[in-house]
Amino acid sequence: MTSEWFVVLSALLFAAGAVGILIRRSPMVILLCLELMLNAGNLALVAFSRMVGNGQGQVFAVIVMVVAACEVVVGLGLIVAIFRRRLPLNVDDLRELRG
Amino acid sequence: MEEVLFFGSALGALGGAVGVIAMRNPFYSVLALIVHLFSLAALFLLLTAAFVAAAQVVVYAGAVMVLYVFVVAYVGGGGESAWEPIPAQRFLAPLLGIALFVELAIAVLSSSLLALGTDGPDVPAGFGDPAAIGRLLLEKFLLPFEASSILLLLAAVGAIVLAGRRREGVGGPSERFAEEEPSSPEAPAIPRSFDEVPSEEGPPTPSPTRGSA
Repeated sequence: MTSEWFVVLSALLFAAGAVGILIRRSPMVILLCLELMLNAGNLALVAFSRMVGNGQGQVFAVIVMVVAACEVVVGLGLIVAIFRRRLPLNVDDLRELRG
Repeated sequence: MEEVLFFGSALGALGGAVGVIAMRNPFYSVLALIVHLFSLAALFLLLTAAFVAAAQVVVYAGAVMVLYVFVVAYVGGGGESAWEPIPAQRFLAPLLGIALFVELAIAVLSSSLLALGTDGPDVPAGFGDPAAIGRLLLEKFLLPFEASSILLLLAAVGAIVLAGRRREGVGGPSERFAEEEPSSPEAPAIPRSFDEVPSEEGPPTPSPTRGSA
């Protein structure tokens, strides 16, 4: 398989994640769609790493995984805090900070 | 054989992504994301990235997804309202997604990366195995490696501060401080946690919603 296939697949997955973020209302599903987009980026990084024949892109992918894990932990902590305050888990209702 | 593996994994990854978006219940979305992550691990193996594939399965599909499942079980899957602040958002968003995909595909495929149409160079046998990645991480990328460890620590502390419960005596230092001063009830009350802000009329009363969660 040539690298084009992997890169186009990663673009498709990224677009799918973006659509999910736009149409879903639950903050948890929005976090899941963020995961989709980050993983699409990872796939592109690994594909380019294979294309160049250099392992550094895979190190980038590992670091992206670390950042994604941190984002998930903080995001889920926020969701639990919102749930404890009996606020609606809906991004359209949580608009107090809107300018 | 390679084509079969690629298209099978690609179908799995795409199906998982569509499942994440389309499922009403967040629990099923998490399960679809697990399918997606396993398919991506297979794709990473096709790209001779053994360590990244293993980390994907162990860290993502193992640890992160368990965290998701626990939070979904705790919060519960609420139904989403059909109300839309932007009219026809549900129909405009896929159009924008398609436009984004076409744009990304054009940007990549029309670039002058000549190696894009090839299989890539022949790589040595140890390409992408844990030894190679570890050597890169500890020699060339030592600073990002250490920075990411600090980032993980900060995220753990932040999650505990955000979601930790400080109640019933075993709480944080502010609660112990409040218990040690029983003689001054008129002292300004310290907000004990993120979700307990004192009301304006007098000392804070325990809110009726506490203790039931």
